[in-house]
Amino acid sequence: MFNILHRKKELLNIIGALFVALVVALPIIAIFYLALTPEKNIWPHLISTVLPGYITTTLGLLFGVGLISFIIGVGSAWIITIYEFPFRSKLEWLLLIPLAMPTYIIAYSYGELFDYSGPIQTYMRSIFNWNNSKDYWFPDLFTLGGAIFVISFVLYPYVYLTARAAFIRQTNSLIEASSTLGCSMLKTFYKIALPMARPAIVVGIILVLMECLNEFAALEYFGVNTLTVGVYVTWLQKNNLGGASQIAIVMLLFIFSLIVLERKLRKNRTFHQNSKNSLSPNRINVIGYKAWILSFVCFVPILIGFIAPAFVLIKFVLMRYYEVDLNEYFHLVFNSIFLASIASMLTVFIGIYLINSMNTSNNLLLKISISISRIGYALPGVVLALGIMVPLIHFDRLIQNIFSSFMGISLGLIFTGTFIAIIYAYIVRFLTIAYGTVESGFSSLSPNMAMASRTLGKSQIETLLKIELPIVRPAIIAAALLVFVDSMKELPATLLLRPFNFDTLSTHVYTYASLSAIEDAALPALTIVLTGILPIILLNRTLMLKNK
Amino acid sequence: MLNFFTKFILAFVVLLMTYQTSSAKEVNIYSYRQPYLIEPMLDKFTADTGIEVNVLFSGKGLVDKMVQEGTSSPADVLLTVDIGRLSDAVNSGVSQSINSDVITRNIPAEYRDPDGHWIGLTSRARVVYASVDRVEQDSITYEELADPKWAGKICIRSGQNAYNIALIASMITHHGEADTIKWLKGLKSNLARTPSGNDRGQVKAIYSGECDISVGNTYYMAKMRVNEKEPEQKEWAASAKIIMPNANDRGTHVNLSGAVLAKNAPNKENGIMLIEWLTGDVAQEMYAETNHEYPLKEGISISDMVASFGNLNPDGLGLIAVANNRSLASEMVDLVNFDE
Repeated sequence: MFNILHRKKELLNIIGALFVALVVALPIIAIFYLALTPEKNIWPHLISTVLPGYITTTLGLLFGVGLISFIIGVGSAWIITIYEFPFRSKLEWLLLIPLAMPTYIIAYSYGELFDYSGPIQTYMRSIFNWNNSKDYWFPDLFTLGGAIFVISFVLYPYVYLTARAAFIRQTNSLIEASSTLGCSMLKTFYKIALPMARPAIVVGIILVLMECLNEFAALEYFGVNTLTVGVYVTWLQKNNLGGASQIAIVMLLFIFSLIVLERKLRKNRTFHQNSKNSLSPNRINVIGYKAWILSFVCFVPILIGFIAPAFVLIKFVLMRYYEVDLNEYFHLVFNSIFLASIASMLTVFIGIYLINSMNTSNNLLLKISISISRIGYALPGVVLALGIMVPLIHFDRLIQNIFSSFMGISLGLIFTGTFIAIIYAYIVRFLTIAYGTVESGFSSLSPNMAMASRTLGKSQIETLLKIELPIVRPAIIAAALLVFVDSMKELPATLLLRPFNFDTLSTHVYTYASLSAIEDAALPALTIVLTGILPIILLNRTLMLKNK
Repeated sequence: MLNFFTKFILAFVVLLMTYQTSSAKEVNIYSYRQPYLIEPMLDKFTADTGIEVNVLFSGKGLVDKMVQEGTSSPADVLLTVDIGRLSDAVNSGVSQSINSDVITRNIPAEYRDPDGHWIGLTSRARVVYASVDRVEQDSITYEELADPKWAGKICIRSGQNAYNIALIASMITHHGEADTIKWLKGLKSNLARTPSGNDRGQVKAIYSGECDISVGNTYYMAKMRVNEKEPEQKEWAASAKIIMPNANDRGTHVNLSGAVLAKNAPNKENGIMLIEWLTGDVAQEMYAETNHEYPLKEGISISDMVASFGNLNPDGLGLIAVANNRSLASEMVDLVNFDE
């Protein structure tokens, strides 16, 4: 009896997981379908003209941002872990704070800061008596190089996070041994610390590269045409859905190779984690001016990646405070929070459901389904919007036809005519984050606890609700917060899928930035940034607890 | 558990319905035009007629969205910023013909589709902005932009931008494909920087000395010259003058902003009423005075600012002929790697 019931439940879970996998895979299937059935075939035109350019620019961006984030992330992580210097513990968590700055917002801020009529150039002209831009050389931000610079300084924290975690694990054992044996710190770094931390660092860099592939608004602003921008231009400017899907597929090839690499390395990393050493690290005390140099070096990424752009926004807010339409502002805040809360609730709910299914079954189909439902994060917002809009509109039309022919009522477009399409996009994109975060909470649970509860006569669902969920509550809150903030920041899918009269903080910022009037959207931009700080504080607290 | 779940779904449905509010007197607009440019007019329309206006603004992709939505499309009216989108809408079969005496009376025949599928609302000229200090000549031609004497001196926004595509398409109509490619290559090699930013950005580049001339629409310059909100834009605008290209021969390239009545418009009557209203005195005056565009209705005068740019001698080329060359123009832009 028990067995039959159990089997039935397992079957239900498999169907549930299959459904989620289908929901996530639908946009990808749609893109393949669209790419294979183009209305007019522009593939030869694409290959002979823009596609090679898109690909080389994309590779250039990936290489540049990857390299700079590696240098900043690994360098600062090493200094923070090994040395003791003034403000070290403050800098340790402040180095994460550029994560709060969405790439498009930092791009707009630097556009203003480095502009000809911006503060830096104006000041330089007044000092040196230059009259116009022909009198001096100033780096042009509106290039691939400019984009790499700006994007690197908000994405390096991914590398910093993973590298720091890896270095902390090594600190006491191997590194001390190495220095006792007479190796210099530099040599220890190259010969021991770096090779050992390599899998962790590569995972961080892959996250950075995924974000680069997702990037759209900042690159459009800088005039840097990557594959993502190419999808956007071909789809919306040239009205060529098929061509856009074909470019999207080239892009998916890039992404899937990254995913495969990342999953492989993550497996290696868990192996390393087992030999973790939980002693508190002994840092090398640096004194005098050298200590201050270290403080300064760790301060620079924070200055460039957060303080300077935040300063630009604050200045605009102060300049324009009397013009702010508070009514409009609160409306935007409400819309953003509304979407983000629904998305984070649903996403975490689905995440818990999948993890619970995974923990109570060994079925292969279930595992594959869950694996598929976690690829959504890799889909760039623009591609995701393309893949969602087309099938959903057809769905909408189907439903409408059924309702109007059988019941004679018109429902309107249920999915694409409302914010549901946006929520759908958020769930697909952020399910991985929710799943991963909640899973890390569950993995620390002892399986004995659930067994004890079941032996004492509690059902599986009761065990989940009464025992497991309360214990992993911090992980659930963290997951909800991360999805919330990422949804607030999300731009391309929101922009492309929003219904009538509907704007969020991020789409408002984009609209004004494309009018070259970012100063009119400084308050919404600053709001997004400030919200983004919340999970960083939380993240830092959990990391600190772990270190203790 | 189930109870909680049902409640959750119920709450969700209720929330959804509050967002799906629809009143009987409404009209839905898909707009390529920036909301702030048309909002004052739409507010006035609502005040005059009592019809609520819903707007979905997007700089790109609206025609395509209407195609996908098919018979379920909620759109009643499509507003565009150039002739290209108007003809796209008609060619994609998302438009329907309007037969309105009001519109026939208000808008001259050359600015609307003979079959009533699209209606022009305003026109704008694509002109040359030139540095007051560094450019002496007061007349210019589009053809001349490819002249090596301008090497390293021209700024322009992305070649794929709808306004530039229309301009290039008009060159194809005048000079044929081979000569236009040659011209486009010449223009490309004269650029001071890779195309970026919008038309205002090009004026700023003249101000900063990065380039001497650029190409842009008339109303951008007008709006910058009177920009009280951002006084620095006035300074940029003061550094540049407007030259009407080809004023003395074939005429300056003009483009249309316009409206299309959606094929499946659920509020067809209101949609027609809106388009009629937009061709009327109140709206046309607002277009002229607030937006500094050229109104199409006879008897409505242009703003003083626009008048100061000099007489417009519009290129007599049929707008549809231009629209038909657009995809060719777009391919040429890719071919010469204009945006790289």
